[in-house]
Amino acid sequence: MTEETLAVSTGIGADPSGLKGVVTDWSHDKQAFQVPWGKAMMWIFLLSDTFIFSCFLLGYMHVRMTTTVPWPIPSEVFALSFGGDPIPLILIAIMTFVLITSSGTMALAVNYGYRKDKKKTVLLMLATAALGVMFVSMQAFEWTKLIMDEGVRPWGNPMGAAQFGSAFFMITGFHGLHVSAGVIYLIVVARRVGTGYYDRHRGGNYEMVEITGLYWHFVDLVWVFIFAFFYLW
Amino acid sequence: MAHAEVTQVEGHQQHPLGIYLGVWLLLFVLSGFSYAVDYFQLQGLLRWSLIILFMLLKAGFIIGIFMHMAWERLALISAILLPPLCLLIFIGLMATEADYTFLARLVAFGPAAEIAEAHH
Repeated sequence: MTEETLAVSTGIGADPSGLKGVVTDWSHDKQAFQVPWGKAMMWIFLLSDTFIFSCFLLGYMHVRMTTTVPWPIPSEVFALSFGGDPIPLILIAIMTFVLITSSGTMALAVNYGYRKDKKKTVLLMLATAALGVMFVSMQAFEWTKLIMDEGVRPWGNPMGAAQFGSAFFMITGFHGLHVSAGVIYLIVVARRVGTGYYDRHRGGNYEMVEITGLYWHFVDLVWVFIFAFFYLW
Repeated sequence: MAHAEVTQVEGHQQHPLGIYLGVWLLLFVLSGFSYAVDYFQLQGLLRWSLIILFMLLKAGFIIGIFMHMAWERLALISAILLPPLCLLIFIGLMATEADYTFLARLVAFGPAAEIAEAHH
C-alpha cells in the first residue's frame, strides 16, 4: 500500500496496484490488461490448456481410484538398468532435468532478447529447441520400451490395471505433442530474431520471444504435475 | 519499493540474470528432492506431503519468476490464476464419485474381501 500512496503522491500517473488496481483496470474505459495483446492471448490460451491437461489428469485419477485391479508400480515399470541393478525412474528423472535445463535456457533467451542481444537470444532459443528434441527422443525411447518389451497397450498390460496404458499414452502423448509443437515454434521465432524480422516489422520489439517463452515454460510446468501425479504416485 | 527495482514499460519484463540463475538452480534441487522421495521409497503421508510440496514450489517458481507472473498486475494474475481453482471442486466431485464406483464394483464383481485385498 505504501508504493500506491507513493505513486499517487509523486504524481507519476501510475495506476494503483493491488486490489484497487484490479478495480481500476477492469472498470475504467480502457484496456483491462496492461500487457501486449499477444501476451494476454498466450496466457488465455495457456489457461484453456491448463483445463485440458487437468481433465486428463482427473480422468487418470478417477480410473486409478475406481479400478479393482492393482495399478502397475511406476517406480518399477519405468526403471532402467545400465548393466547393473535397475535404477527406479531414472529415465524420467533425466527427462525432467532436460526439460528444466531447457526452461532455464529459455528464460535466459527472453532476458537477452530484451537486452537486444540477438546472437545470444538465437543461440539460447536453438539450445532450448535442441533440449526439447532430446526430451521427445527420450520419450520415444520410453514408449518403444513400454510397447515392445513390456507389452503395454492402451487396452491392457501384463502388470495390472488395463487403464494404465490408456492413461499413460494419452497424458504423456499429449504432453509430447506440446513439446514437439514448441520445438517448431521456437525454431520459427529464433529464425525471425536471427533474420531481423522483428527489427523490420515490430520496431525492434522482442516481445515475441517472451510469448514463446511463456508457452515453453508452460510445457515444463505441465511436466511438473505429470511427474508428481503419474510417475511418483 | 517493489516497483523501484523493476523496469516495467507496458509489460516489458527485464530483470537481473541472477534471479533466473537462482531459480534455475532451485528447480534442479527441488527436482532432485522429488526424485529422492521415490528413490528412497518414502511411503504414506510423508511421501504425499513431500511430493505435493516440491511440486507446488516448482510450479510457483516457474509461473512466478520464469513466466514473470510475480511482476504482472493483479488484474492479469487473477484472471489467469483464479479460474483453475474451480478444478479443486471438480477433483473433489470426481474423488467422491470414484469411491462410489469402486464400492459398486466390489459389490458387483466377485467376493469383496478378495478384491479389496488386491487393491490394498
